[in-house]
Amino acid sequence: MTGEKVLLMMGCPEVPIQTSIALYLSHKLANLGFDVTVAGTGAANQLLKVSDSDGYYVKKLVNLDKTLEDVIENRADFDICFAFMHNDAGMTYAATMSAVSKAKLYSIVFGRNAEALAETIEFDCEMIIEKAAHNPVQLKNRLDKVVEGILK
Amino acid sequence: MSCIEQMKYEILLDRTTYKAAREYIEKNSEEVYYVSPGYKIFKDYHIIGVPPIALGAKGNALIFTYTKPCYGTFVLTVDNEDSIKEIDRLRKMETEKVTPSLKKSKPAESSRAPLTSFQDMWKK
Repeated sequence: MTGEKVLLMMGCPEVPIQTSIALYLSHKLANLGFDVTVAGTGAANQLLKVSDSDGYYVKKLVNLDKTLEDVIENRADFDICFAFMHNDAGMTYAATMSAVSKAKLYSIVFGRNAEALAETIEFDCEMIIEKAAHNPVQLKNRLDKVVEGILK
Repeated sequence: MSCIEQMKYEILLDRTTYKAAREYIEKNSEEVYYVSPGYKIFKDYHIIGVPPIALGAKGNALIFTYTKPCYGTFVLTVDNEDSIKEIDRLRKMETEKVTPSLKKSKPAESSRAPLTSFQDMWKK
């Protein structure tokens, strides 16, 4: 797995667990040898920067729209993409990534409307659905298993 | 992708789902064209969306979706010289798609998509 390029795509940071899971997943994957990039909206990135002010957990933090543009224009691509989504816009961004990238896509569907949102997903991806909004532990445990599966 | 925000646009529908935005374009445009996610309009705006991406034309105005992560999807319309160019480009693309199929004697496709939803087209 060394060097495989992973993108964590963060959407609107309104639901608290996104930031903590992004920090956790970025660090875990980097420690396993993945080349991790985290892309987010302006506010999502600021939350991450303040939480990880020395860049210990997230080494590469970039703008979400700019990253999508780079993938669309064939200037960049990834092997694996984790797309966070708790609203329709997050799902829309993931659908675009699914259409323009060769990355294996994992949709992290979370928040109170997670199940209903997951039903609207029509693109090819592996879904991790968790209704959690404030407590990230169950989603973290689910993602640990997903990462184990990737390593096999 | 924020070049749109610097243009003179009108909001036709705000803070909705992508599906509702697509249906709005299909129902409120004189011509509807379908493109892939990432299709570029106005030089540097790549459309974010769930395929098929609907683009509408009404007179000289281009009707399209604009998605913002925290606010949902908007339906915007721009009516200027650039929108005329974009509509012309879409019409040309449709013509290029139809021409080869005519040469192969396949049934001619309409250069204008019907004003029904994309899903309905495939139900028929």
